[in-house]
Amino acid sequence: MSGRALETAAPELEVRLLLEAIFLRFHYDFRSYSMASLKRRIQAALPKLGCATISALQDKVLHHPQALNELLQFLTVQVSDMFRDPLFFRAFREQVVPEMQTYPSLKLWVAGCSSGEEVYSLAIALAENGLLERTILYATDINPDALAKAEAGVYPLERMAAFTENYRAGGGTRSLADYYTAAYGNAAFSRSLRSQVVFSDHSLATDHVFAEVQVISCRNVLIYFDRPLQDRAVGLFSDALCRRGFLGLGARETLQFSPHALAFREAAKERWYQRW
Amino acid sequence: MVAAARERGDGAEHAPEALAARPPLPARIGAVVIGASAGAVDALGLLLPQLPASTPWPVIIVVHLPATQPSLLASLFSRRCPLRVLEPQDKQPLAPGIWFAPPDYHLLLERDRSFSLSIDAPVNHSRPSIDVLFESAADVYSAQLVGVVLTGANSDGASGAKAIRAAGGFVMVQDPATAEAAAMPAFAIEQAQPQWIASLPQIAQALREAALVSQP
Repeated sequence: MSGRALETAAPELEVRLLLEAIFLRFHYDFRSYSMASLKRRIQAALPKLGCATISALQDKVLHHPQALNELLQFLTVQVSDMFRDPLFFRAFREQVVPEMQTYPSLKLWVAGCSSGEEVYSLAIALAENGLLERTILYATDINPDALAKAEAGVYPLERMAAFTENYRAGGGTRSLADYYTAAYGNAAFSRSLRSQVVFSDHSLATDHVFAEVQVISCRNVLIYFDRPLQDRAVGLFSDALCRRGFLGLGARETLQFSPHALAFREAAKERWYQRW
Repeated sequence: MVAAARERGDGAEHAPEALAARPPLPARIGAVVIGASAGAVDALGLLLPQLPASTPWPVIIVVHLPATQPSLLASLFSRRCPLRVLEPQDKQPLAPGIWFAPPDYHLLLERDRSFSLSIDAPVNHSRPSIDVLFESAADVYSAQLVGVVLTGANSDGASGAKAIRAAGGFVMVQDPATAEAAAMPAFAIEQAQPQWIASLPQIAQALREAALVSQP
């Protein structure tokens, strides 16, 4: 092996040591995250936390635990849109909702809800189909800051134009502006939308199933996991869903390579799978 | 730098002896990564059909497109290319073929030789970003990687090309003078000092020859 190959490998070694340290000290488990994008996010964190190397970052996090919270904002991904991939929401309204209407009460789990855009999107779709009042939504994430944002339901007003376009393309029947109040450059979503939502800390890497649910939406979360952790998460979904319950994944996520594939069938277009 | 590139490009354009002076590509190629922006469809239309069906390595491409536009690249090119054209699913194993990054996702490669997607924030105002693909590919393939920067009107791909060079890989850049948009290849030349600057037909021929002599 040339020296060059060793040099290339060094950052990945440092990443693994950092993740091990974070797990042992704080019980946040990023050890099975997709390495390529995680490495990028850690490298982006270095200048923001004033560290020259990943090893220095490890030192900082271990000796100044308050730095962990800052690092978490980089390790977890907080890019989310309302009604991202509008056709997913159209399929939800047209193919998932009719089955949901046959249940007297519903539980829906948004796994990895980040700052909550998906939660409000689904709550709106449920409300417009008369289902919100009899639904409990569990919105879970590992990042407490993201959960706080999700619970606040306040987003920059400048994002509303794009969200409105998505909302309409996704089958929205009213005006998105009916659901928020604009003030000081922000849009605050209606309290009634989150009256049925339980925001909670939950890790797909280390926690277990907490309820039987009829619908799970977990979009663009599994892409951040390696194959074994994806399998663990899908296993949780498989256990949590009732028979005929629905699992919605991201537009480029698939159960094709999963050992749990046989527990599901493709129920609708746009990555809606049904527990079977 | 651009002027030097133009001299080399112009000189090489029709002269077989200049083409022969092309530095040798890696003896074993693991993968080829390509970045293109403005003018990409025409440039790739010239390049990709030249790759034989037997091309034994993955050719992975980032093209900048508006996020809302459904991806038409794979279907557009599959009709014109002997080599199969696909869009990867997350964690799909790498395999020979032409792979286009799906719109609105970054495309990365993992060490276990699989594709990985992310919706991390745009890089260089772009998602997918060429830098993101190139840098992750350099980690995986180091000296067995070939990176190609084609026409484009921004600076995406320059740091990625630099990372490929740093990892010992081979970088070729379209001669800005022959590119529909010169900025992107010019930035790559400035930052990465590529081993080879050439016209599109020369790049196409070099990749075709490499594919024909490569053992799977």
